Amino acid sequence: MNEHSKIENMGGCSEIPVLKERGQREVFCGLTGIIWLHRKIQDAFFLVVGSRTCAHLLQSAAGVMIFAEPRFGTAILEEKDLAGMADAHEELDREVANLLERRPDIKQLFLVGSCPSEVIKLDLSNAAERLSKIYFPKVKVLNFSGSGIETTFTQGEDACLASLVPTLKETDEENLILVGSLPDIVEDQLVELIKELGIKEVAVLPGRDRETMPSIGKKSKFILVQPFLTDTTEALEKRGASRINAPFPFGEEGTTLWLRSIKENYGISDDKFEIVTSAPRKRAQLGLKKLRTSLQGKTIFFFPDSQLEIPLARFLSRECGMKLIEVGSPYINRSLVDKDLELIEDMPVISEGQDVDLQLDRCRENNPDITVCGLGLANPLEAEGLTTKWAIELVFTPIHGYEQAQDLAELFVRPLKRKEALLI
Amino acid sequence: MKLSIWTYEGPPHVGAMRVATAMEKLHFVLHAPQGDTYADLLFTMIERGNKRPPVTYTTFQARDLGADTADLFKKACKEAVERFKPEALLVGASCTAELIQDDPGGLADALNLEIPVIPLELPSYQRKENFGTDETFYQIVKALSCAQEKTKKFSVNILGPTALGFRHRDDVRELKTILDDLDIDLNTVAPLGASPSSIKSLTKAHANVMLYPESSELACRWLKENFGMPYTEHTPIGINSTKDFIKELNKIRGVKDSFSDTSRLNFDWWSKSVDSNYFTGKRVFIFGDATHVATASRIAKEEMAFSIVGIGCYNREYARKIRSLAKDLSVDALISDDYLEVERRIADLQPELILGSQMERHIGKRLGIPCAVISAPFHVQDHPARFSPQVGWEGANVIFDTWVHPLVMGLEEHLLGMFREDFEFNDTAGPSHLTNSKSKLNEEKETGADNEIRWAPEATKELKKIPFFVRGKAKRNTEKFAFENGHSAITKDLLYEAKAHYAR
Repeated sequence: MNEHSKIENMGGCSEIPVLKERGQREVFCGLTGIIWLHRKIQDAFFLVVGSRTCAHLLQSAAGVMIFAEPRFGTAILEEKDLAGMADAHEELDREVANLLERRPDIKQLFLVGSCPSEVIKLDLSNAAERLSKIYFPKVKVLNFSGSGIETTFTQGEDACLASLVPTLKETDEENLILVGSLPDIVEDQLVELIKELGIKEVAVLPGRDRETMPSIGKKSKFILVQPFLTDTTEALEKRGASRINAPFPFGEEGTTLWLRSIKENYGISDDKFEIVTSAPRKRAQLGLKKLRTSLQGKTIFFFPDSQLEIPLARFLSRECGMKLIEVGSPYINRSLVDKDLELIEDMPVISEGQDVDLQLDRCRENNPDITVCGLGLANPLEAEGLTTKWAIELVFTPIHGYEQAQDLAELFVRPLKRKEALLI
Repeated sequence: MKLSIWTYEGPPHVGAMRVATAMEKLHFVLHAPQGDTYADLLFTMIERGNKRPPVTYTTFQARDLGADTADLFKKACKEAVERFKPEALLVGASCTAELIQDDPGGLADALNLEIPVIPLELPSYQRKENFGTDETFYQIVKALSCAQEKTKKFSVNILGPTALGFRHRDDVRELKTILDDLDIDLNTVAPLGASPSSIKSLTKAHANVMLYPESSELACRWLKENFGMPYTEHTPIGINSTKDFIKELNKIRGVKDSFSDTSRLNFDWWSKSVDSNYFTGKRVFIFGDATHVATASRIAKEEMAFSIVGIGCYNREYARKIRSLAKDLSVDALISDDYLEVERRIADLQPELILGSQMERHIGKRLGIPCAVISAPFHVQDHPARFSPQVGWEGANVIFDTWVHPLVMGLEEHLLGMFREDFEFNDTAGPSHLTNSKSKLNEEKETGADNEIRWAPEATKELKKIPFFVRGKAKRNTEKFAFENGHSAITKDLLYEAKAHYAR
């Protein structure tokens, strides 16, 4: 508990200046979120209405084709669709009919807007409404935009979850909703810890299927597990739910502070909290202790990618002893990451947006021990002699919570160890 | 609108990137929204590229649409030229920018840059990646080449190799060796490794080797029409195609015969050696880009003595070529970029080997059919560290090894037959040199209740004695035979009658 008061006394750091840049961005668009969302929501299909580029992006981001017929696809706009809008809607209806006939297991269909569909102003909310009339209640049809002109990478998940919020059932009961998609195993761990604290009604957004989507009402409270959920937060607050603000559950300290915010909000006793958290805390501390020696004092530079950068920087600096040089994020919503920002000492450059060539210049100049960047930059930077960590791994790997604290640190240790081990 | 699950080709601007990334001292400014930069990772990850593709994306956002995206484009051009100091600039639009009609060519012209600006028209809603490579290379050649004095000695250019091409890097190296043998000088390779200044001197050569028509046919034709440069049409992949290619080159050069050192060619003897007997009549399905499919078909038929059960290509531009080849082979041609359609065709044909792209490898994995990769699109594991061309004599050796690898070796096939009844022998283990290759064909349910045709116990027992790698096919053939001949039960005799019926 002593740590906690120390933290509160620090304060002030969230007032730090942000370097805002505009220029070429080396980031994914929001469509990429479909890669993990379609695995998470198991009765949903994501139909991107877009171009061949969108289809190619999804395929490239998915890396290899693991699934025979994944629960996502692209309705590729063709020349004739661009000629007249009425046609495009008819064509979409036909493709949806074919799809739902072939995939009777689909209970939720997301029509996902793309850059081309936004530019030609193809109204997908209208289409979703029209299609809902035909297919509801068997299939719920929703829409959101994953377009690159509006969303960066993880903002696609934000848009998707925000589109779900108005459709959640109303409840008068109290409940706590964890918001943000996590690997099932991590989600189960966190839910279990919260239940052990004595909170009975715990739900998760997104639910794993249509049946398990949470109910919501004025007595609902919610806490984010991912920092990129600006629109979802707004939509949840609109439904009357109140947010528990906390640092994000990365590392031992992060997870403890995250759980403690819940504990305090619910007035749970210190003793109870200690009983529930002490064992996993000790495990996480032990796991991190071994890895900390490899990371202590090493410098790190973040290119913008997923909005996870600020909470991760907090974890790496406070729990692993790393020195932050620049923490780049595609978009910073201070009200969501202020608790993490407050905890960062020796404030680094915090940058928002990107001009990739200028940022590369800064990175080279600082010559960090580890550079966190996208796949397009990683090999070129390695070839220049820098050590890199693929940012996308931080999104695809289970890294939240106590049991994953060690794995999270290990992701940063591995490239350093490899560099040491290689004698070529 | 057409639903697509997986695609064989990217959009045309990715084709343009394959040309730009292959070249030196050339920069490409692409008018594109945030997110289109994903294409960079194709080059840095699949080919393990050690530098960023020379592409600047304007990265416009929704809020720019109402304002001035044209200014954004001009700024990006200016900054790219200042920073990267290219000898020439390509400008174009991706699918979204095509819709906002900013005219990259006109905008770049207005900047009065001191270097040549080559505008690209890449119709994203009609065409695809291969068109993009062909068109981009053609525009570069058209914009930059000019009449030059011919080299004294007979020389050629190798045209077509790009970034992200299937084994292009190694094909060029092998072809250089062959040209060396033939005592032919190499003037320029393009786009791979060429700079705008080397494009200028293309016309010093006496002829062009059109290595991959998919990415260089337009340029070759234009150079022929405008500078009278003849070009080769045979792609030297496989023994016979390489021989024909050399003959074609001799004819252009005006010599009767020439020497090419085939002492490193092992394919011909490997294929004649007794262990290869078991290849005879192996049923193969071939799918990929037209050039690789056409050459692979010839190898399969003439040099491996396989039996081809179907061919096809995903690039419609060469549909006619593949259709006529299919006619010669008496099989159906499948011209499609619909991955599910290809999967259905393979499932119907039940080949013993698939020669395809990484897409077919995935299909093969699911259907339990071995697959060797012969064409783009390919994945990182098909871009090996070692020298592994497809072209020429060494290419033929590589192809032999690659195609044979997923199959059960000849002698092993017999040993499996000998030992299959041994109680310690695990008959589903698959070829000994491959892991996890357990065939899914054999995991089909034993005679189910819903099946109208019943298997007598003695027939089932006999079926189990058939080696696992042909058991699935034997089962299906027998059931088909029984159905067609009006039998409702399969006896041991009927099993062998069916076998006789389907004997090849």
